Amino acid sequence: MASPLEQFLIKPIVPIKIGDLDASFTNSSLWMVLVLIGVVTFLYVGMRRRELVPGRWQSMAEMSYEFVANMVRDNAGSAGRPYFPFIFTLFMFVLFSNLFGMIPYSFTVTSHIIVTFAMALVVFIGVTIIGFVKHGAHFFSLFVPAGCPAWLLPLVVTIEVISYFVRPVSLSVRLFANMMAGHTMLKVFAGFVISLAGALGVVGGVVGILPILLIAALTGLEIGIAMLQAYVFALLSCIYLNDALHLHH
Amino acid sequence: MDPQAAKMIGAGIATLALAGVGIGMGNIFGSFLAAAVRNPAAAPKVFGNVLLGFALTEALALFALVVAMLILFAV
Repeated sequence: MASPLEQFLIKPIVPIKIGDLDASFTNSSLWMVLVLIGVVTFLYVGMRRRELVPGRWQSMAEMSYEFVANMVRDNAGSAGRPYFPFIFTLFMFVLFSNLFGMIPYSFTVTSHIIVTFAMALVVFIGVTIIGFVKHGAHFFSLFVPAGCPAWLLPLVVTIEVISYFVRPVSLSVRLFANMMAGHTMLKVFAGFVISLAGALGVVGGVVGILPILLIAALTGLEIGIAMLQAYVFALLSCIYLNDALHLHH
Repeated sequence: MDPQAAKMIGAGIATLALAGVGIGMGNIFGSFLAAAVRNPAAAPKVFGNVLLGFALTEALALFALVVAMLILFAV
């Protein structure tokens, strides 16, 4: 029986070698392209007719836009408005990769730490640059909480600096670990069915219905987690952006 | 001690983080229910924050899982 972790294996589809660099078109790249096509189709075809009274598809596209627009407005204020397209892109990409990962026999792009870490690093570096451009050297006051006693400052500033640099790690590991753990759990429960049938024969096959029912329930939970994690990723990006735009308030 | 045995014990100790996550998760939903019973009208407004807290707390449990996996397979 295949290992529960085998689903995360990256297989090259079109091998491309540039010198020593392996730039093959893999199943991960394939699913990224499919996610991109999915997002563009969802938004473009949904908004093609632009009816005053939206149909089901158009209202889904409008809802996703409004959802992210409200999130940016509530968490980063009107100053965060110029960064809405970036947050929306992040949200839709993470959401669609998580949901496409729930299709059986598909590949979950976000279950690889390198993918989520690259996105988290873009957010982190971008937010830091925005902070320095907006506030200059005054940006360092982010690490000094207001109203902190002077004798406590060395400790607090150290903790604040560390927590600032841990942000991309926690942001990426949260998404990656959720996706990896969820998909591994589904495969482990699926393995129970085969083990039961193998160990107990016909009785095991009948009892095997129980893990299948559990998988059905867990799939529902995982779809919920997929949407929740996309929301959390975009929300935390907004909160980090807000920290850089308005230092203390 | 056999290094393999030490790894297993270490991975087991890493799962102790679940105790804290359990307390946190119970706290989130317990506080939500206590508040929702007192003021049912406000419950839907705060449910989004409850889910956010749930996701953030659950992520801590998964950090522990990642640490356990790293101890078992990567180090």
